[in-house]
Amino acid sequence: MSSSVKSKKAEWLTTLPSLVWLLLFFAVPALIVLAFTFHAHTPNGGVGEWSLSTWRDLVDPDYPAIVWKTIRISFEVTFWCILLSLPCAYAIARLPKRWRALVAGAIMMPFWTSFVVRVFAWKTLLHPDGWLQACYLTWLRVSEWVFDWLPSFLQKFFVFIGFASQDRVDPMLSTVLDSEAAVILVSVYTFLPFAIMPMYTAAEKFDFSLLEAARDLGAKNFYAFRKIFIPGIRQGIISAVLMVFIPTIGSYVIPQMLGGTECILIGNKIFMRAMQNRNIPHASALATLMAISVLLPLGCAMWWKKRQELRDRKRLDVRTAQLMTGGAE
Amino acid sequence: MKRSYFSAVILALVLAFLYVPIILVVVYGFIPNGISMSFFDANGDFIGFTGKWYSMIFAGDRRIEALLESFWLSLTIAGLATVISCVLGTTAALALHKWKGRLQSIHHALVYTPLIMPDILIGISLLMLFVACCVDCGFWTILIAHVTFCVSYVVMTILARLQDFDDRIIEASYDLGAGVWYTFFHVQLPILMPGIIAGGLLAFTLSIDDVVITTFVNGAGTNTFPTYVSSMTKHSRNLPAVFALSTLMLLFTCVLMGLSKLISRGGHTKIKGNK
Repeated sequence: MSSSVKSKKAEWLTTLPSLVWLLLFFAVPALIVLAFTFHAHTPNGGVGEWSLSTWRDLVDPDYPAIVWKTIRISFEVTFWCILLSLPCAYAIARLPKRWRALVAGAIMMPFWTSFVVRVFAWKTLLHPDGWLQACYLTWLRVSEWVFDWLPSFLQKFFVFIGFASQDRVDPMLSTVLDSEAAVILVSVYTFLPFAIMPMYTAAEKFDFSLLEAARDLGAKNFYAFRKIFIPGIRQGIISAVLMVFIPTIGSYVIPQMLGGTECILIGNKIFMRAMQNRNIPHASALATLMAISVLLPLGCAMWWKKRQELRDRKRLDVRTAQLMTGGAE
Repeated sequence: MKRSYFSAVILALVLAFLYVPIILVVVYGFIPNGISMSFFDANGDFIGFTGKWYSMIFAGDRRIEALLESFWLSLTIAGLATVISCVLGTTAALALHKWKGRLQSIHHALVYTPLIMPDILIGISLLMLFVACCVDCGFWTILIAHVTFCVSYVVMTILARLQDFDDRIIEASYDLGAGVWYTFFHVQLPILMPGIIAGGLLAFTLSIDDVVITTFVNGAGTNTFPTYVSSMTKHSRNLPAVFALSTLMLLFTCVLMGLSKLISRGGHTKIKGNK
């Protein structure tokens, strides 16, 4: 009895420092944000009486559009990151062991320079006088030419993923800087290593002789890659998606520096409301919306993972049962 | 065979893509004209490289005084945040590893959630806390914010380390007559040290690089290196100094990482030896 009391005391003592810190500076602030959303704002930048006016203001057609745009851009960034990091993870995992650590280190190395400095370097690169502008103009010409014969649904798809604009653009007036494309490009650049790393960790544990077996059985390279390698590193892909999607939803520095007025996301709106207009209830409400748009996909991912695990276990049980009965006979 | 060739090409392209801005950063540190940010004068003639930004940094020139000051502030905050979050992170990881009750599941949720929240939400919620408590933002609020988002990363790093930890070592220590504190400081802590160092390095890099959370809680006049740089990008004639300083930081971290690799390798063999 006394030892269990002692153990309880020891547990509390070791838990308390971090628990109190996080309660005080993480949980309580979150509750304050939630509480502020049910207040009206006062003209001098304070928080007024309890009311629902903030939530009513959010119906303003501006906000749903911004939320949707943020989510769409996050999906696009995630898509490109995953698409690029799949072959990368595969290639690194197939390297000889000594090279693997080196290449993985080389992928993380850009992160030892300040994030702001890197984004600013991109900004100078994308500047109208920069050489990327020239590439962009060529791309515009190519896309214009392609659009002349592309079937209309493909064109709609291109417009949807943001690779082409609805209207023909005047090449002389448009720049890469201050556009959605710039934000997506630099976001992909920023989050790509975070996608490669978990996938590479998963791919390293992957048994590559499975791929050879598939090939021996007649599978084409790409088919084997798609049907065996990708499911094999599923866990890595899920964490990569989360590692990219969540920070993109919350990103605000990149759209602020590169998006101009073309690409205002929830993050920017929160910053404007909190720091510039001093409308604290509005900022809180937007923050709550952002938290929801992070937690929803996360909840889905968790649910899916759990279901998958359950299924795997069930399959295993059935298998064991079969084996057992087979053994009994 | 064809497949791996294709993926290797993609890997090479991705690596090139990742290094484009880094090369720019290094090159921009030698730009002679800080106003137009170019190597060419008004006539389009090449005016050459300069090392003057480096000498300005080493001489502590008056024109970039504020930049250097913000840099030292960043280092101070990152250092303090690392120490505090390492202490909090170690106790938290030990508690999470040792006990598995209801208290720990709440604790785990509290440690884990900051990891999945975008930075901006942590920033804004801390701002709201400081607004609600009428605290003036400054050095201490930045430090609190940095510790808050670093702790979780430190805990996760140490927990990963604890998974390979053989708990029988602790029992052996008790059996040999050592007390709780003696065991902690002479057995558990030395074994955990590589994990704590790795977590600390992570905390330091996160803290020194953070711009989003800091912009919310820094108040007027207190600027860390990243926030100062982002205000400088709008109007400044000393921008190449930023790039020169970044290049120096990059060199410094390269050396540091090399050293830490050596240390962690040493720690690893030591543990294997102990087993």
